[in-house]
Amino acid sequence: MNWLPVALLAVPLAGAVLLAVPVGSTTRERWFPRYGLAVSGVALALSAALAAAFDHDDPARMQFVTNLPWIPGLGLRFHLGVDGVSLPLVLLTALLTFLCFAYLCRGRPAGSGRAPAPGHPATPPPGSPSTPSPGDSPGAASGRPSEPVGGGRPRALVFTLLVLEVGMIGTFLALDLLLFFVFFEVVLIPMYFVIAVWGGHRRRAAATKFILYTLLGSVVLLLGLLLIWAQTGTLDMTALARAHGTGMSRAAQILAFLAVGAGLAVKTPMWPLHTWLPDAHTEAPTVGSVLLAGVLLKMGTYGFARIAVPMLPGGATVLAPWLGAFAVIGIIYGSLACLAQRDLKRMIAYSSIGHMGFVLLGFAALTPAGFNGALFGNIAHGLITALLFFVVGSIKERYGTAEIPSLGGGMLARLPRLGSVLTFAAVASLGLPGLAGFWGEVLSLLGAFRPAAGLPRSLYLVFMALGGLGTVLTAAYFLSMLSRVTHGRPVETVHAPVLAAVGPADTGGTGDMGHTGGAGNAGSGEGTADAGNAGRGRGYGRRGIRDVAPHELVAWVPLMALILLLGLWPKALLDVTGPVARSLLGAP
Amino acid sequence: MIQPIDYYAVAPPLILALTAGLVLLLDVFLPRAPYARPLLGIVTLAGVSGALAVVISQAVRAAGPLRTFCVPPGLPGAAAPGPGAPFPVTAPEAGAAPPCSFVVDGFTLVFAGLALAAGIIVVLLSMTELSFGDIPAGEWHFLLLCTLTGAVALPASRDLVMLVVALELASLPVFALTALRRYDGRGSEAAVKLFLVSVVSTAVMLFGISLLYGLTGTVYLERLARVPHAVPGAAVGAVSGLGSVPAGPDAVTAGGVDGAYASSLQIGYDLPPVLAVAAVLVLAGFAFKVAAVPFHAWAGDVYEGAPIPVAALLSVVSKAAGFAGLILVLVGGLRNLAPVWAPLVAVVAALTMTAGNLLALRRRRAVRLLAWSSVAQSGYILAPLAVRDERAMNASVAYLAFYAAMNLGAFAVVMLAARRGESGELDGYRGFAARSRIAGPALAFFLICLAGLPPGLAGLFAKIVVFRELVGGGLGWLAAVMAVNTVIGLYYYVAWVVRIFTPAPVPAALTTPAPAEAPAMAPVPAPAPGVAGTAPEAVPVAPGAASAAAGDRTGQVAAGVAIALAAIVAVLFSVAPQTVFVLLPEALIATG
Repeated sequence: MNWLPVALLAVPLAGAVLLAVPVGSTTRERWFPRYGLAVSGVALALSAALAAAFDHDDPARMQFVTNLPWIPGLGLRFHLGVDGVSLPLVLLTALLTFLCFAYLCRGRPAGSGRAPAPGHPATPPPGSPSTPSPGDSPGAASGRPSEPVGGGRPRALVFTLLVLEVGMIGTFLALDLLLFFVFFEVVLIPMYFVIAVWGGHRRRAAATKFILYTLLGSVVLLLGLLLIWAQTGTLDMTALARAHGTGMSRAAQILAFLAVGAGLAVKTPMWPLHTWLPDAHTEAPTVGSVLLAGVLLKMGTYGFARIAVPMLPGGATVLAPWLGAFAVIGIIYGSLACLAQRDLKRMIAYSSIGHMGFVLLGFAALTPAGFNGALFGNIAHGLITALLFFVVGSIKERYGTAEIPSLGGGMLARLPRLGSVLTFAAVASLGLPGLAGFWGEVLSLLGAFRPAAGLPRSLYLVFMALGGLGTVLTAAYFLSMLSRVTHGRPVETVHAPVLAAVGPADTGGTGDMGHTGGAGNAGSGEGTADAGNAGRGRGYGRRGIRDVAPHELVAWVPLMALILLLGLWPKALLDVTGPVARSLLGAP
Repeated sequence: MIQPIDYYAVAPPLILALTAGLVLLLDVFLPRAPYARPLLGIVTLAGVSGALAVVISQAVRAAGPLRTFCVPPGLPGAAAPGPGAPFPVTAPEAGAAPPCSFVVDGFTLVFAGLALAAGIIVVLLSMTELSFGDIPAGEWHFLLLCTLTGAVALPASRDLVMLVVALELASLPVFALTALRRYDGRGSEAAVKLFLVSVVSTAVMLFGISLLYGLTGTVYLERLARVPHAVPGAAVGAVSGLGSVPAGPDAVTAGGVDGAYASSLQIGYDLPPVLAVAAVLVLAGFAFKVAAVPFHAWAGDVYEGAPIPVAALLSVVSKAAGFAGLILVLVGGLRNLAPVWAPLVAVVAALTMTAGNLLALRRRRAVRLLAWSSVAQSGYILAPLAVRDERAMNASVAYLAFYAAMNLGAFAVVMLAARRGESGELDGYRGFAARSRIAGPALAFFLICLAGLPPGLAGLFAKIVVFRELVGGGLGWLAAVMAVNTVIGLYYYVAWVVRIFTPAPVPAALTTPAPAEAPAMAPVPAPAPGVAGTAPEAVPVAPGAASAAAGDRTGQVAAGVAIALAAIVAVLFSVAPQTVFVLLPEALIATG
């Protein structure tokens, strides 16, 4: 029994349970996000302690193992542990949850106008991502003072996010197949509510689609896990990974890989099973999108790394070309779909499909290089896409829309700091060398260049070529987006009330343009941060739309710093994942 | 000859039966005072609790199964089955214990405990239901206790006759309970439907049982279990020649003489078709009771028309009784015929879960949705029985236990909501969490449990148990069907949960004239707790609502206690599901 992983789960859970106790003032609603910040801060500190105490010389060994019987009747054990694959993901989860709370602390708890600021009941905040439907707003507004559970928005949101954190961290810590599945499921209901309650216009449909899709996936996953259990008689993930499929017939391995892989592919998402993702991302509130893209998708890929490939090598060898094919289709499809998007959030959602395609391609190579690329891409995508969703959420809050044509260009002139952070995130996402996005893609393509023995190399060369084409397309859509949003003259095509009210005041000096125009290179990250620091005292911008606010900066700077760090010093992560990748694949 | 009776073994049904008589007497002799109704309920509750206490004491007593009503050793039927059967079961080994009709073993205790625990909740709900006064309380409690007596006696039955009697004792009072509210057309219609369906199913089952008896010459399940796997070919020929006509004297000689000499030839290993017919008929009879496809159509109307406690009773106690009988007959008695009934059960389970879920999808009323969803849940409970492994039925029993807690909780909240004047429509549950800060989240928890998702871990573990048996038993296709059904089920459960948490739409008439007052006054048009009856259109006909206000408050307390009990059990099952698995004995059915 090791207390650290248990505490990592217990802290957010206890925080959520405390919130559920119906005491405390409902009037001080802004305290709830701060409470969440404190709880997730403790969790972040614990995960940092975990990382510090982690034996970095032997990352392949499972450390901090807790192994207690939980449900003897099912053979389910409370078996937790950390190794080089799960440690970065645990850190990422704790960090992103913390940053989400930091983002919530000053911003409105929800975007959808459910909790309008007291005193302004008549005019919903201009930046709310969706104007409330006529039927909802009065009920929510009037229901707020009396009841904290149903309509009590900040409290419920903090509760939901803390439960979500338990599920996400638990998934990465679990070392028992059924325990993994239980945590895998824990996230479904909270995420459903995050989308369905705090989401945009079509939130209900998107949330329903999300939960039905992912539940179908997880039930199939459960069948696969039970098949593994029925064949091997154990649920211990470390033992199963060590066994490398011994004890299972080839046919059973293929069947189990099919079921487990299909279940995980829904979550990842892999190309034909991705259709829930654009809607869910588009409709989710900012924090929902951040956690969905930053962590929830990783649960699918983590499953590939932890269960599907190591435990079922026989099945993996047979089905890896298919996995690679779907991954490459996903890359191309995601890029092409991005080119056609008008909505920024939707575009980033589709770009996730492309990036997860690279991750899957890395796994499909079944080599340590590919594995490393996949794990690296996983983390990099978590950081970059989380940043992108944060930024787009802020844009949507200010402009009232995220439609690219409506934004009208010239953001670097109008909101220089926001525009440059967007540029930074977009450029990182398209895989510019020197930023985190680059290494995952390169290593995945390298893995495809030299796949494991027994895989058709010529096919993988085709995959690699198509993947390379995908990187070009990725650059194309991000650059064209940037050219339409951040560059150009700020044309007042925006119908947002706030812009209409403010009118075309002075449209920013060329100095701003010049300052941030170099955001395309790696060095501008610090520049932006510095500018933000310098501008922190200024508060509201000149024209009524606020440029980057302090609470946003607090949420974004760590992400930008990490993106830069991993881009310039990838060894920091590869040293941790590399040995695990070799041991999981059974490679020397 | 005096047959010794082990009164400790039969104590639970005996206590229930005596309490039933006591309640009837009290109802006659008590003055018509306001305390009479709650008092009857409390007496009933005490009786059920007493029976439960005895069951618990039997469970903690670590010894072999209790047997009573055994065939006395001196009687001719003790050692060998009766004469005249064309397929006499093989004679038991010498020195074996004589067959008994009433056996208290692990299986009995699990089902009796389940029925009694559920009975306590149903009695509590009844106190809520009866607090309005349009239903005669004494008769109600008497009938309820009779049903429970049957439900407790049934899992202990180890012969076919006693099984049928107990099943009828569990079923018949429910018709009356359904129709007990006077001047209620829906209730009467539901009762007639239930009556017809149940009587037909009993007739079908009796036909099957008579065939079984005619063919084997015994009614004891233990003896039936010794029906040979393979029957001599000559006997098969004799019977298939006769069709399903009960065997006459010719067949006796054919079976007796030819059997002895044909067995050396090892001709036929086919099962006698008549036995298969009998098994299928018995299966069909029980399929009615548990509302399995194709005999499920009665569920919606009957649940909707019956008072809510009766619906809860039907969905849990009657269903548990039906499953207990089904498991006893199929797994206990006809286990050698498994090749015949197991595939059938698999198909029926798949159809039942699919039909139930599809029918529940489009429902707009809460009770009706619960009715169809409980049909679907029957399918999940049936599924492990299709695995030809005696251990697999443990999964059914475990699922049934989880399901009972979750479903009773849901019914209890629906009951409380109805009493508070909520409309039974699903849309009427909008903002329910805001109006009832405890009942609302509790209902959400029960529904998520039924859907089988965390935080409702009880439902998740129940489903995992079933999935595990199916995958381990090689019924992958059934597991896949169930997987799809889980997703369908989730859709309607979650849609309901979302309604609970979304703010209630404020009627236009309220907001338009006085929007400024809206935040000041209660945000929703529903009455505050304890002031039910201000929305009379939603409450069933309530004569003398004013005088009933006091009784109504106690009634709500009863429902609240019921919710709390169910919630405690459901949370316990979520955190520590091993409590159920530990209860399940290794060898479930002791031989009679």
